[in-house]
Amino acid sequence: MNYPDFAEFFLDVCLDLSLVLLGLAFLLTVVRIIRGPTLPDRVLGLDMLTSVAIGFIAVIGIDTGFTLYVDLAIALGLVGFLATVAFARFILARGKTGDDTERQGVTEMDDDPFAARGNTVETGKSR
Amino acid sequence: MIAATLSILAGLLIVAGSAFAAVAAFGILRLPDLYTRMHAASKAGSVGSGMMLLALALVSHSGPEALRAIAAIAFFLLTAPLSAHLLAKASYAVGYRLWPGSVLDEMPRMAVTTRESDTPATDTVPPGIESGRRG
Repeated sequence: MNYPDFAEFFLDVCLDLSLVLLGLAFLLTVVRIIRGPTLPDRVLGLDMLTSVAIGFIAVIGIDTGFTLYVDLAIALGLVGFLATVAFARFILARGKTGDDTERQGVTEMDDDPFAARGNTVETGKSR
Repeated sequence: MIAATLSILAGLLIVAGSAFAAVAAFGILRLPDLYTRMHAASKAGSVGSGMMLLALALVSHSGPEALRAIAAIAFFLLTAPLSAHLLAKASYAVGYRLWPGSVLDEMPRMAVTTRESDTPATDTVPPGIESGRRG
């Protein structure tokens, strides 16, 4: 096998491997979005999904030669950025609702380590 | 010869980039609180997709395609830290807490808006903070 043939073969193997890894990344992020205890966790998962999708578009572009999709990647990045900014503003405006009663997975300890340092944020509702 | 070398380089780049994305997703799933998850997602996610777009720029045969991929990288590197910073600041201001195992929190306390599900918002100001948000 001469050098150009080896390069083609190597690129094919790398494409398959990276598609598998990206699919794994999609799955794990979706698990976090479904399980995510609070709204910001889910927003973060959606942001991550956008960036993984951009990577997917790049890999598909290398694989098939349809580099037209790079424009879609730019547009997807723009939409994902604006969506995250809008969600952040929404989280800020919504404040803390009584709906997420702090099952952040971090409240299982007996005493509050933040209270000792005077770091507690009074939310009025919790506890 | 050059094309073959570029293909090998692109293969290495996409494997590294997708490994970054997979590690970021694993971190999003396993890390304990929102802020550590954000650290995994924003850094590794942007580096991963940036590497894959760079590989696309390397193997594309025409100049404009490569240039578009480079522009996408620049745009993505510009926006990813912004959105992560905004999300972290919003959720910290609202009062989502750090993991109890965190050892340092230098951020000052902020005025928090709280509301019940069916009542309008009220400002609850922790003692020692002037609220400059209303009025």
